[in-house]
Amino acid sequence: MTADAIVPHPTVRNCPFDPPAELATYREREQMTRMRYPDGHVGWLVTSHSLARKVLADSRFSARSELKRVPVLRPGADPFFGAPALPGWVLDMDAPEHTRIRRQLAGKFTARRMRNMRPYIEEVIDDLLADMTRAGPPADLIESYSLPLSTHTICELLGVPYAERADFQRDSKVLFSLSSTADEAAAAMDRLYDLVREVAKAGGDGLLRQLSAEGELTEDEITGIGVMMLTGGHGSVSTAIAMGAYALLTHPEQLAKFTTDPALTDNAVDELLRYVTVFHFGVPRAALEDFEFAGHSIRAGEAVTVSLPAANRDPAWFPDSPGELDIERRTSGHLAFGHGIHQCTGQSLVRVQARAALSMLFGHFSQLALAVPTTEITLNTRTSPVYGVLRLPVTWPVPEK
Amino acid sequence: MHVTTWTESCVGSGQCALAVPEVFDQDQDEGTVRLLDADPSQALQRRVREAAISCPMQAISVSESR
Repeated sequence: MTADAIVPHPTVRNCPFDPPAELATYREREQMTRMRYPDGHVGWLVTSHSLARKVLADSRFSARSELKRVPVLRPGADPFFGAPALPGWVLDMDAPEHTRIRRQLAGKFTARRMRNMRPYIEEVIDDLLADMTRAGPPADLIESYSLPLSTHTICELLGVPYAERADFQRDSKVLFSLSSTADEAAAAMDRLYDLVREVAKAGGDGLLRQLSAEGELTEDEITGIGVMMLTGGHGSVSTAIAMGAYALLTHPEQLAKFTTDPALTDNAVDELLRYVTVFHFGVPRAALEDFEFAGHSIRAGEAVTVSLPAANRDPAWFPDSPGELDIERRTSGHLAFGHGIHQCTGQSLVRVQARAALSMLFGHFSQLALAVPTTEITLNTRTSPVYGVLRLPVTWPVPEK
Repeated sequence: MHVTTWTESCVGSGQCALAVPEVFDQDQDEGTVRLLDADPSQALQRRVREAAISCPMQAISVSESR
């Protein structure tokens, strides 16, 4: 293959935790590579850590949905890409629209407020662990633990009744699935809007009611923010926690360190987030103008995909065996939550949840183990923009009576 | 070590306040950074440096001269 070859976004993995091998090959050759999009467009794939940070911090690379392109075939994205951002969907907006809305949100997601959710989160976890213990092994860690936890947490934060979960969990899956049609995804989005609109009106306390009461944002914007956070805030978080547990279970020496030294928990969670980087198809951007960038001529309208998994395995930033899981590694600057103005608003909440979830899980079940061989654990390599296990069967010894 | 923050570039991601609450807090309305201690003690300096690196807006700078 020559340096000028135009490549598709790679999707095939040989190991559950390693990104497609081509990403490292491209990164070793050049920091950005010409990439062919599913619609035939030729844009760019960014694979180095330093260039990923530069692109995501540079306002010449737009996040506007009408300019962005999907890096892998996903018909369900057709109604939303190539069209203006839905009201409130800040991740599809540039400044100043983005700034106006994010300013209303940032104060609601401070580290202090998220830390204050820890007692609630611990209470949920205690209940889930008690339920698992009562039911006995084996259990699917997603169904019994990570998904109810992330769902309870986002419901509590937004003020959405937990009883609505079956509908919004299903519709979120349809919305993001790579196999959904445009019509299916659009219908799922409509149902999610109806649900959140009702919640925002209905009362109760939560972020949506609070935003309504403050009156700075329109009803449509608040609904859009609610749908964005509800859909983005349960499945991906659950997957990240389950993948973190899977990684620890398959790295016993790391798990031993994790369980014996609680001071490692915070860093371990960030290392797990780096190591698994669940947003595996990267962050889409589009060039607003013609300019020279990193030795390349970028043309206005060209799409750029920033590969977060590739950046998070870049030896230039993580010099000591970036392909290995090392919970004592220096993790600062990892890009699992992105970078720049669009970096995940809920990241502190994700950290608080994942820290509690993993430390309490392995604290409660000190001999937790996979209930099936790793060859029987299915990963959704090509079904969702969020990479991870579909089910994680686990077991533990039951004391004899 | 001397720490400087730029509130006008801050988007309130809160990474600094989560990592080093002894040094960084956030405005409770806007979420933007509030510097509690511009000259942190030796024991905090490694974490402050990491927070500066992690800031998505590069709104924290650290000078080692003092």
